[in-house]
Amino acid sequence: MAPTSKMALGIKRASRSHTYHRRGLWAIKAKHGGALPKAEKPAAVAEPKFYPADDVKPRTVSTRKPHPTKLRSTITPGTVLILLAGRYMGKRVVFLKQLQSGLLLITGPFKINGVPIRRVNQAYVIATSTKVDISKVNVQKFDDKYFAREKKTRAKKTEGELFESDKEATKNLPDFKKDDQKVIDAELIKAIDAVPDLKNYLGARFSLRDGDKPHEMTF
Amino acid sequence: QPFKRFVEIGRVALVNYGKDYGRLVVIVDVVDQNRALVDAPDMVRCQMNFKRLSLTDIKIDIKRIPKKATLIKAMEEADVKTKWENSSWGKKLVVQKRRASLNDFDRFKVMLAKIKRGGAIRQELAKLKKEVAA
Repeated sequence: MAPTSKMALGIKRASRSHTYHRRGLWAIKAKHGGALPKAEKPAAVAEPKFYPADDVKPRTVSTRKPHPTKLRSTITPGTVLILLAGRYMGKRVVFLKQLQSGLLLITGPFKINGVPIRRVNQAYVIATSTKVDISKVNVQKFDDKYFAREKKTRAKKTEGELFESDKEATKNLPDFKKDDQKVIDAELIKAIDAVPDLKNYLGARFSLRDGDKPHEMTF
Repeated sequence: QPFKRFVEIGRVALVNYGKDYGRLVVIVDVVDQNRALVDAPDMVRCQMNFKRLSLTDIKIDIKRIPKKATLIKAMEEADVKTKWENSSWGKKLVVQKRRASLNDFDRFKVMLAKIKRGGAIRQELAKLKKEVAA
């Protein structure tokens, strides 16, 4: 902006044309064909016939955008994690990448310890210092949508069927997911086999014994 | 003789409590019934309660309250460090430290090694039993 200093009362150091040049308005004008761009006015809404009887404040739309989840510094692609909760509690698994939602993409690999490609929260995980080389594993196709639940289409029932209980067809994992698992497993297992004992390690569950102090252990 | 280690000038002791925990110190003077003046190459000479000191078998030849340089020289001559590391007590501490620093994968490998060792022992034992029976 123009300098505020004044030479004398009412006389500015920078002349009007100088200020105009410095502000760069000419550049904006040139860009928009010789005139300053104007914000378009919203179309006038028809006046309501009556005023609303109750004072209801319009809801302000929240402009808050959540920050992306920070990945714990000990977790890097290829880190072996110990799962702490859920049906795979105690399993040692391989971290693949962090998804947009902040969840961790992991796999057992399924072939070794039965943990499929799935998402976990990093709060339910212990990161170990052991790393698996996953540079050859392609995890490009996995995102949060991949794990979205399939929408159920509910068929209308006829009168006769109304009281019959639903016969749920057993849900099978779609074939393409099985194939994805196989592709990932094949590359991962190659990397795992390269390190002695690592395969056994991933196949074993973590557990605490008498006298183990998890707060004093190094992982 | 019921006792083999005494509180005396030149006795090497291990600190078992406080901020100097785990440090090897030398008693350079006895202040009173409860406290000694202790010194080590990498610390400032200070008083310490006997309760905090565990006496070791090692004793070095020094005069009362020697200068730091004299103390260091005496410790080197007596080979305190190697003596300590070769004693079973010192070895135990080294192992403890190593074990504590193992990560999860290392602990797993130790477990595997133990299984292997147990198997080998059992095999040998079975062989010996067979020989005795025959």
